[in-house]
Amino acid sequence: MRRRGAFGMAQPDRDPEWSTEDGQEEALPADATVDLAAERKAAGIDEVLASVDRELVGLAAVKTRIREIAALLLVDRLRERFGVSSSRPNLHMCFTGNPGTGKTTVAMRMGELLHRVGYLEQGHLVSVTRDDLVGQYVGHTAPKTKEVLKRAMGGVLFIDEAYYLYRAENERDYGQEAIEILLQVMENQRDDLVVILAGYTDRMDGFFTSNPGMSSRIAHHIDFPDYHLDELVKIAHLMLRQERYQLSCDAEETFRAHLQHRMHQPRFANARSVRNAMERARLRHASRLLDETNLCDREDLTRLEPADFGGNLTGAQE
Amino acid sequence: MRITQGTFSYLPELTDDEIRLQVRYALNHGWPLSVEFTDDPHPRNHYWDMWGLPMFDLKDAAGVLYEVNECRHAYPNHYIRVNAYDASLGRQTTALSFIVNRPAEEPGFRLDRHETTDRRLRYTTHPYAIERPKGDRYRA
Repeated sequence: MRRRGAFGMAQPDRDPEWSTEDGQEEALPADATVDLAAERKAAGIDEVLASVDRELVGLAAVKTRIREIAALLLVDRLRERFGVSSSRPNLHMCFTGNPGTGKTTVAMRMGELLHRVGYLEQGHLVSVTRDDLVGQYVGHTAPKTKEVLKRAMGGVLFIDEAYYLYRAENERDYGQEAIEILLQVMENQRDDLVVILAGYTDRMDGFFTSNPGMSSRIAHHIDFPDYHLDELVKIAHLMLRQERYQLSCDAEETFRAHLQHRMHQPRFANARSVRNAMERARLRHASRLLDETNLCDREDLTRLEPADFGGNLTGAQE
Repeated sequence: MRITQGTFSYLPELTDDEIRLQVRYALNHGWPLSVEFTDDPHPRNHYWDMWGLPMFDLKDAAGVLYEVNECRHAYPNHYIRVNAYDASLGRQTTALSFIVNRPAEEPGFRLDRHETTDRRLRYTTHPYAIERPKGDRYRA
């Protein structure tokens, strides 16, 4: 089967990639049964879902959606085995939410997950912004955008702050051209890549209002809520565990108080602010150790004390 | 006469899925790929026209296939080949090169004998296709 589809041409045959993996199986007879649990295990979805559960705090709605998508793809694959084929689901997504709510992290997981269930061939993430897609002079945009799209094929194209693509105030802006190419590819090369747009909620709404075609081509609009205080503390613990640090009881209290205060300040960036606070605590921890003691044990080296969260922390803007 | 140049040229035409597999093989070795086309089938014509720049940083074969199809769309009656370049030190050469598209009619070659001094003969391969100007050969 020759696939001669150019951008504008329909591609009637489906990508046979899935079935060729295990040597073009015969369709199962109608009265056969398949073991769902075994299939699940073979696909390795559970590991990804479990690691999503473990490493991402909160985000209940997002996790539910990921589960649903994984289930759909698995069931589709089983249907395929029975020779009941359906069209490939549209998996382009839009992540909206405030800074630091985990949009990029989830996008990365999404690539891996879609790769596991056989939807994507590689599952890598290509993360771009306006600069990478839009050219500087006439005729520069199309090759540039196509270049990026080619790199993303087989994986996920993650466009951060997608609303910058469209500048309403300048009708000769090249962003419009990039959007048009993007739309074409999202429609025609659906087999090859998944596009995920991300941005702040209100500005994405504006973007979709001015580009209705984009909105309708995206099946999954997922909103990332802000984290609660408890969730932020949990995130902090996760981060510290990765860096092999721990909080003393008092330090946790101090940190909680600091977060509480910080959450209501402007430019609070959820998990990103937590990370920055941790980085500063590590700095202070190190200089405190050097100043205070000559002898220290492993415990001292790994434990953060309230003093590490003190100082001008509350006044810090990050 | 069917041109046999590059890898796989004695095999039946590769299907798109087979091309995809070959491209994947090249990518797995870390060889960037490029697409080239020409309408001069002479075996010593090494420098074909480039279809866009070589494709670096690709992870998946779909990008190459997309370019191949674009090129086929623009030049349905040209020769199109896919090259994979191995940039590793010590090799630095084309690692794999195969034809993915050819004209419907390939008129073939004529052997010209040129007699020089002392009845010596020099031979020239003359493709019938190049008798027409570039771009005008292999009209459907």
